[in-house]
Amino acid sequence: MSGGPTKLPGILESVLMPFLNILVALFISGLVVLALGEDPFFALGLLIEGAFGYQEAIGYTFYYATNFIFTGLAVSVAFHAGHFNIGGEGQAMLGGLGLTLAVFWLGDTAPVLSVIVAIFGAALFGAGWAFIPAWLQAYRGSHVVITTIMFNFIASALLAYLLVGPLQRPGGQMPESSDFPEGVGLMQFHELLELVGISFEQSPLNLSFLIALIAAAGVWFMLARTRFGFEMRVTGQNSDAARFAGVSVPRVTVIALMISGALAGMMGLNELLGEQLRLIGNFTLGYGFVGIAVAFMGRNHPLGIVLAAILFGILYQGGAELAFEMPNITRDLIVVIQGLVILFAGGMPYLFRRPVTALYRRFALQGER
Amino acid sequence: MEFITDILLLSDSTLRISAPLILAALAGLCAERAGIVDIGLEGKMLAAAFGAASAAAVSGSPWVGLFAGILVSVLLALLHGYVSIHQRGNQIVSGMAINIMVAGLAPTLANAWFSLGGQTPLLDNEARFTAIELPLARTLEGVPIIGSLYSDLLSGHSLMTYLAFAMVPVIAWILYKTRFGLRLRAVGENPEAVDTAGISVTMLRYQAMVIAGVLCGMSGSALSTALGAGFIRDMSAGKGFLALAAMIFGRWKPVPTLLACLLFAFVDALQGRLQGVSLPLVGEIPVQFTIMLPYVITVVILAGFAGKMDAPRASGIPYEKDR
Repeated sequence: MSGGPTKLPGILESVLMPFLNILVALFISGLVVLALGEDPFFALGLLIEGAFGYQEAIGYTFYYATNFIFTGLAVSVAFHAGHFNIGGEGQAMLGGLGLTLAVFWLGDTAPVLSVIVAIFGAALFGAGWAFIPAWLQAYRGSHVVITTIMFNFIASALLAYLLVGPLQRPGGQMPESSDFPEGVGLMQFHELLELVGISFEQSPLNLSFLIALIAAAGVWFMLARTRFGFEMRVTGQNSDAARFAGVSVPRVTVIALMISGALAGMMGLNELLGEQLRLIGNFTLGYGFVGIAVAFMGRNHPLGIVLAAILFGILYQGGAELAFEMPNITRDLIVVIQGLVILFAGGMPYLFRRPVTALYRRFALQGER
Repeated sequence: MEFITDILLLSDSTLRISAPLILAALAGLCAERAGIVDIGLEGKMLAAAFGAASAAAVSGSPWVGLFAGILVSVLLALLHGYVSIHQRGNQIVSGMAINIMVAGLAPTLANAWFSLGGQTPLLDNEARFTAIELPLARTLEGVPIIGSLYSDLLSGHSLMTYLAFAMVPVIAWILYKTRFGLRLRAVGENPEAVDTAGISVTMLRYQAMVIAGVLCGMSGSALSTALGAGFIRDMSAGKGFLALAAMIFGRWKPVPTLLACLLFAFVDALQGRLQGVSLPLVGEIPVQFTIMLPYVITVVILAGFAGKMDAPRASGIPYEKDR
């Protein structure tokens, strides 16, 4: 490289380059739409209309975004500690199980208490499901990517067993539990707004959205302001340096992955306690994997993750409407977009460093001479 | 006698199931021996399964299918190579991106091309790799023990199964007996030394990725045109990851990796046989638990035998010349 690397201003580094990467991912997605024989711009119009066109759609957009905030935060916390937790699916399933058990345990006698216990139950079970892969990674060197994906399959089979066995609705045929007791659940947004006199169409958007925002703030605080967060980031960037500095790397690994599991587990709050009001099999629908794309798109910063989660909420809600209008486009297309976002934003973060640096040199530095 | 038949049947399905695993594990081995971690085996397998099934469905020939499967897989391997080698990106992230991309793209294209809800049409036997009867299998059938071993167990598999087993010595020979193999192993252990010797690290790593792509392409084609008869959504079902675990258990060496694959395939065959069977002491095991078995065994094996001491030293680390 001639003249050595130039340091780019922060705004170019942290905003422009990720933006360019995501633009390429979306551009290629557009090409896929074109290859499927549809007009990408018309599709984009339908997508935005489907995500924001009416109040219920907006509710759905933020409802999906809630899931992605949880799973995105989960991936990013692990990533800050240098690990790639792709077990969000399984951890979310177990979180859903923990929540359901709490509800059936206390729901009849103390509905309000049961909701509070359920929130902790979801986090606890999610963290617990992450504990074994975390421990194996920290103390046995078993690759956490492989073990967590195995734990996804195991969780799915476990839930399937419980939902056609001990937890199945008595007399039911579907793999689902009984309905939660009356009065157990998180308040929905239109009910909340009604309290202050605003009318909003009914949608599944519920209190979990606020819980997700609080979780994002909590993750930011932990990473930026606590000793443990600092130890975690040092471990993630250079585990040897962390070890020399006296950080117990295995301990940090286990705790970070358990926090990650707890966050993924809390996804069940939105889906089960906010909307379904019963446990259903495979309710996670791949949202755990969306978290990977969300985390990279948001550059592993809580604020970025919230924004990226909303963008994926738009893709999911708008995409559902799009699939309805264009038969060649199915929801699988959104999975393709996820993959592309992970590839460009996560795998090739420096794709545009050279051209951007060259342009920056030519235009910005010329002024100084 | 029934016990012996059971064992024979179980061994027979073990061999059959092991083919895609062996090919994928060898793919992972070649990539990692050259210093590139390939967590995208799963995606390449699925993409090849889709490519092979589509091409075989359209052309009616399993060979066209195999070619298409290999082509798709090599292209993805080169993409992973580009990210890992040129962009010096995170290899785990890149592999996972490929997995997710393919999981979405394959059913999307299947739906657009065949309108069967994300599948490809069911393949006729002419468009598949079907059972091959080895010479003399009929004649030897009557001979006790050897006869049934030969004609029931070894004969009657698809070409892809024989090919998978044949690839083990081929890859072992390339890795340990050729100059190229020596360089490939060196580039995974100490790329600086290879570079100093005037050999291109970049070129070697791309070559390794192409080999991995070809093997993975064969693996996916075996899945959809030999074991199965068409592409089904998510049909790789974690086999790419099982293959990686087998490679780690096999200490990044071809023959031990083969044995590990056979073990995984045996567990898979066993879980198929256990479904609905009542066992002494425990009774009938719920089907969901038998399905878990291969995944649980994988975790147990990784927990017991993993460790980094045998992994190629430079695997997963991008090579930077100017360091």
